[in-house]
Amino acid sequence: MAARAQRNTAAADESRVVEKRTIPDFDRKIHERTRLAIMSALAVNDKLTFVELRDIVQTTDGNISVHARKLEDAGYLTMKKYFVGRIPRTEYQMTPAGRRAFEKYIAHMEALVKTNKK
Amino acid sequence: MTEPVRIGDHAFANLRYIRDAMERATAFTSIPGVGGVIIGVSAIVTAFVAQPLRGDRWLEAWLIDAVFAAVVAFALMARKASRAGVTLRSPAARRFFVSYFAPIAAAALMTIAVVRAGDHALLPALWLLSYGASFIASGAFSIRVVPLMGICFMMLGIAALFIPFGNILLAAGFGGLHIVFGFIIARNYGG
Repeated sequence: MAARAQRNTAAADESRVVEKRTIPDFDRKIHERTRLAIMSALAVNDKLTFVELRDIVQTTDGNISVHARKLEDAGYLTMKKYFVGRIPRTEYQMTPAGRRAFEKYIAHMEALVKTNKK
Repeated sequence: MTEPVRIGDHAFANLRYIRDAMERATAFTSIPGVGGVIIGVSAIVTAFVAQPLRGDRWLEAWLIDAVFAAVVAFALMARKASRAGVTLRSPAARRFFVSYFAPIAAAALMTIAVVRAGDHALLPALWLLSYGASFIASGAFSIRVVPLMGICFMMLGIAALFIPFGNILLAAGFGGLHIVFGFIIARNYGG
């Protein structure tokens, strides 16, 4: 597990260097792994609670908080806090801008795969 | 290796990562394969026991089997889910259960109506068709073999409409198909 995480980080670092040179309009707000997973999960679910999101993304509470906040700041998702009885609940939803950005990101990746196929 | 290929590979890995996250967010994968095999064996035993029986006695044998199957399925599903560290109350699981139980609830109600009308011979077709429909519907939120299993059940259900060997077709479906697909799921999808 740790080795895999390390490999992923190494791959991500490597790609950042490559991307900086070749892909100037890359959406870095989505590109980070945790944020990419959050966006993917919200793309196929109308709403998700904090706990549901954490279970899908398979990461820590702190990690979800930090990265969801960044996506919220970017205007890609909205966060709603409310109470169920006495238990506070946090709910996330993708905004139209977030969906557009996510679709653009996927299109970008697909284009990269296509042009580099040969 | 040249640089463009590396970017392409990385983009491909990214797309796969997105797909995996989406799948985790929508698919309920805690289908118990081992449970399917156990349920299948019990259905074949039930078919043997029920073969000479008629009417309500025959129905009772299959209802007892259904209760046993439901308990086994639920227990092993909970075990598989807890092993994978997922809950049975995730959005994916909820979607799966709603589409799974809707056709089954309809079949349960229709069973009452059919038994009241005294037409027990219709039950095998009703059960096989509904159970198949329930897997085709819920399979949209699960692993890919689930809807395929549903199609096989529905085909046996269609057969049951036209040939008078309902009890044997029940054995083929709830016995045979459960064992075959249970085995496939247990082998390829972790238990």
